[in-house]
Amino acid sequence: MEYFLQQLINGLTLGSIYGLIAIGYTMVYGIIGMINFAHGDIFMVGAFVSLIALLLITALGITAVPLALLLVLVIAMIITSLYGWTVERVAYRPLRGSFRLAPLISAIGMSIVLQNYIQIVQGARVKAIQPIVTGGIPLMESADGFVARIANIQIIIIVTTVVLMTVFSLIVAKTSLGRAQRACEQDLKMAALLGIDTNRVISLTFVMGAALAAVAGCMYLVYYGVLDFYIGFVAGVKAFTAAVLGGIGSLPGAMLGGILIGLIEAFWAGYFSSEYKDVAAFSILAIALIFLPTGILGRPEVEKV
Amino acid sequence: MSSPARQPFGLAALKDAAIAALITLGLFAPVMGLRTAQDNSGLTIVENWWPVLVAVAVVFFGRLILNAFFWSDNGFKVTDLIPRGEATAKVGETLAKLLAPVLIIVAIGLPLIPGLDRYYIDLGILVLTYVMLGWGLNIVVGLAGLLDLGYVAFYAVGAYSFALIATVVIPNYAPGLELWAFWICLPLAGLLAAFWGIILGFPVLRLRGDYLAIVTLAFGEIIRIVLLNWYEFTGGPNGINRIPDATFFGLEFKRNNGFADFFGLDYSSTQKFIFLYYLILVLAFLTNFATIRLRRLPIGRAWEAMREDEIACRSLGLSIVKTKLTAFALGAMFGGFAGSFFATKQGFISPESFSFIESANILAIVVLGGMGSQLGIAIAALVMVGGFEYFREFEQYRMLVFGLAMVLIMIWRPRGLISSRTATVFLKEKKTVSADMVAEGRG
Amino acid sequence: MSPSMSSDTILTVDNLTMRFGGLTAVDSLSFTATRGEITALIGPNGAGKTTVFNCITGFYKPTEGRIALAHGSAAAFDRLEDLTDSPEQFSRNGSDALFLLERMQDHDVSGKAHVARTFQNIRLFGGMTVLENLMVAQHLPLMKASGYSIFGLLGLPGYRKAENEAIDKARYWLEHINLVDRADEPAAGLPYGDQRRLEIARAMCSDPVLLCLDEPAAGLNARESHDLNDILTFIRREHGTSLLLIEHDMSVVMEISDHVVVLDYGKKISDGTPDYVRNDPKVIAAYLGVDDEEIDDVEAEVSK
Repeated sequence: MEYFLQQLINGLTLGSIYGLIAIGYTMVYGIIGMINFAHGDIFMVGAFVSLIALLLITALGITAVPLALLLVLVIAMIITSLYGWTVERVAYRPLRGSFRLAPLISAIGMSIVLQNYIQIVQGARVKAIQPIVTGGIPLMESADGFVARIANIQIIIIVTTVVLMTVFSLIVAKTSLGRAQRACEQDLKMAALLGIDTNRVISLTFVMGAALAAVAGCMYLVYYGVLDFYIGFVAGVKAFTAAVLGGIGSLPGAMLGGILIGLIEAFWAGYFSSEYKDVAAFSILAIALIFLPTGILGRPEVEKV
Repeated sequence: MSSPARQPFGLAALKDAAIAALITLGLFAPVMGLRTAQDNSGLTIVENWWPVLVAVAVVFFGRLILNAFFWSDNGFKVTDLIPRGEATAKVGETLAKLLAPVLIIVAIGLPLIPGLDRYYIDLGILVLTYVMLGWGLNIVVGLAGLLDLGYVAFYAVGAYSFALIATVVIPNYAPGLELWAFWICLPLAGLLAAFWGIILGFPVLRLRGDYLAIVTLAFGEIIRIVLLNWYEFTGGPNGINRIPDATFFGLEFKRNNGFADFFGLDYSSTQKFIFLYYLILVLAFLTNFATIRLRRLPIGRAWEAMREDEIACRSLGLSIVKTKLTAFALGAMFGGFAGSFFATKQGFISPESFSFIESANILAIVVLGGMGSQLGIAIAALVMVGGFEYFREFEQYRMLVFGLAMVLIMIWRPRGLISSRTATVFLKEKKTVSADMVAEGRG
Repeated sequence: MSPSMSSDTILTVDNLTMRFGGLTAVDSLSFTATRGEITALIGPNGAGKTTVFNCITGFYKPTEGRIALAHGSAAAFDRLEDLTDSPEQFSRNGSDALFLLERMQDHDVSGKAHVARTFQNIRLFGGMTVLENLMVAQHLPLMKASGYSIFGLLGLPGYRKAENEAIDKARYWLEHINLVDRADEPAAGLPYGDQRRLEIARAMCSDPVLLCLDEPAAGLNARESHDLNDILTFIRREHGTSLLLIEHDMSVVMEISDHVVVLDYGKKISDGTPDYVRNDPKVIAAYLGVDDEEIDDVEAEVSK
């Protein structure tokens, strides 16, 4: 029971990170129908920017952890958004309305570029930092002394995710930008005919996705404390899995999918084998797509003949 | 790109360049200018401003110059700097057609050039391996229109099948056949890969487009992770060693009593590589020959018809299940052959060689070459693999440039180098179909 | 249970119902089509006509109902109840055969039961040439001739012969739709009217006993519409193929069909000869959109 509870907490934390990345996939797919393959690497850039910002802030002598974290988060969101915007502008916009495979190949190219760029400018070696948030709350103790606890950092991650999710859901539901986004998702051409600047909406969608990926990157950094230029690939594929599992195009779906993937991975690693935890996640992806092609919260699709 | 500059060197041009420079600064300053490095006390930051400055300057002045000299006419785009359009496409395609016989002659004659460095033979082998993989994947992606991002899985199945049969099964159960290992295992590896093509093809029959891409990617990763972790069977990350060399139909390439003695030649270590070169050349030509033949058969037409319109196919009695699975199986089979060759050439395989990036490379070759075009794929493989292999010294930058090239070529020619389709049967005159009309498939 | 069967019925549809979620697109529809005749299925937009087609051609699995098709003579229908009780999809007896289409997959409906169809929004293989389109339609016999690709791959002469025969058949149909000169052009490059005719020719290349046409005259001008009538009557006359068509263009329907079934909101409201249907007040009401109570008024109006 205690062990179960511990895996549940770990899974929720991991799932929050996946969910934040998944939103970027789901929003972009919803609007322009492409898998932004470089999104995982945007997350990786976000983690690196967070690392640099953290080191910089520490060097400047800001030691109050909440303030430092907040600053890191804001810096990471701004810089990473710029990356998201640039990637769309350079690699995807010239291909708008082109053949379906072209943007996908371009995105794979961009993913390779980002990985190797970070490898060149930041080095290939694994970066490790001391934990900045320590401590936690013990919840339950089993007879043989195993203590299930929720670490403070896990609380921070889950709370930040919930807050950001609420903010972004409100943006999409209430603001004129959100309305334009939903219109573009329904019918891009029609939205353009009605005077919506679709390029701007798409750009802002990439910016929003990148900002959330930056948050995920920052959380990843403070949670695990280690990163390298390759973390984007696996995290990206899993986050995409989450987006598909939840129903692509749906924001709550992405979050739900992220949490499910996180839980599956945590329980698989906790009870079976950690080597095969990625196999579990990928198998879920395959099974989900095969038996539930529109995801849990997606709209059903009727084949038109 | 918007081009605000009506008058060269106007204020607008300056503003535009300044904004671009500012964005560049924002991108590069934190990530490139501040390098994280390990020292005794942990991670610290090392400042490194020169490259950032150079980048910002290049963007600023580059944009200024572009504004002044290229964007003065309204509506001009960066992408216009590269030739495109029907006319250039036609010229390019005619040139490409003339190139085909030249390429074949060079491919056959290359190892015969006296005094050629072995490096070039190795490079030739590498390029040909990718040509073969590209042609194999082309059946699935180019003809049948099924987007497969996990093709490397079949390459891995072929390589591991060969390695395991040659190092475990044959010595234990059929001793005496060691010299024939490659020739026994090659067809087996192809069949096993085809079998896996069907196994992995079944569950994804209903999936379309990007979903199919992502599930095939997942399958590719699953196979790699299993190879990595199933120590008892695959040797885990250490892989499999001492895979026997391919023999010239039973004749080994060794100093005594081998190929050289049999034909009365002087022994040279290059002979083995020349043999390997011709081996992969023959395998690649076999793939090409089979693909060209298959395209003209009902099965090939069914693949292309499925790419064009799946529902119409169903209304004409074509079973989508059979059509898709044969495409998967045949594509996988050629991948398996290539995998066997890779295993025997390297003598050592490990899961590292079968990562996602290989699938992406092969797919990039197919798409950059022009889906469905055999010649385009060969040229793309030559440029992307041969060209970049040439820059080995700049290892890190090589992949960066590779990625950029993928993006640029897509922007330049979204349908690839040779994008027109040749008809498979004709009544009066054989015509080509321009790329605008050819569908890419939804699968 | 079973609707009245004429001496030479080819298709019977019994109590066909198709629901999508809460929407009933087709509601216990029953009708028959006679061999060698042209049966038209008409009705206002959204009446469920295309859904009926999709059920007959296997693209949709009907919620309820039976769709039976006979090859050879209508005597095959004698085995209808036996076949319905068995788990089989079809039963053959000499040259006669009976198929339960609702049990078959779409490609088997075409490949085994020889029911061909066209689509409302034309579905050609646009990037393939006109001739290639007609070759794909002959896939099954060619596949057999190519020894499931093995003989073909080896380049054996048997396949060559079969391929030449297939080309001859394609040429025959191209001559009848006046497209021989454009045989080597991509199908997507043809004008709209030619695309419509090509789609019909492609369907005919698969040797159907029943050809289902979904609004073949949609978007055609008067001349093209007239050409279409000629092709359809030619098909019926020379090939004995039975036709089932959905059509809005009343000039086509009234001129060439032998039998008309009218649908409204998924239900059959009229069934008979063109003349009978034309004068059926229910049909007029459905087309003009009048309430049931006013039908009598309309009837009075019409009979004046």
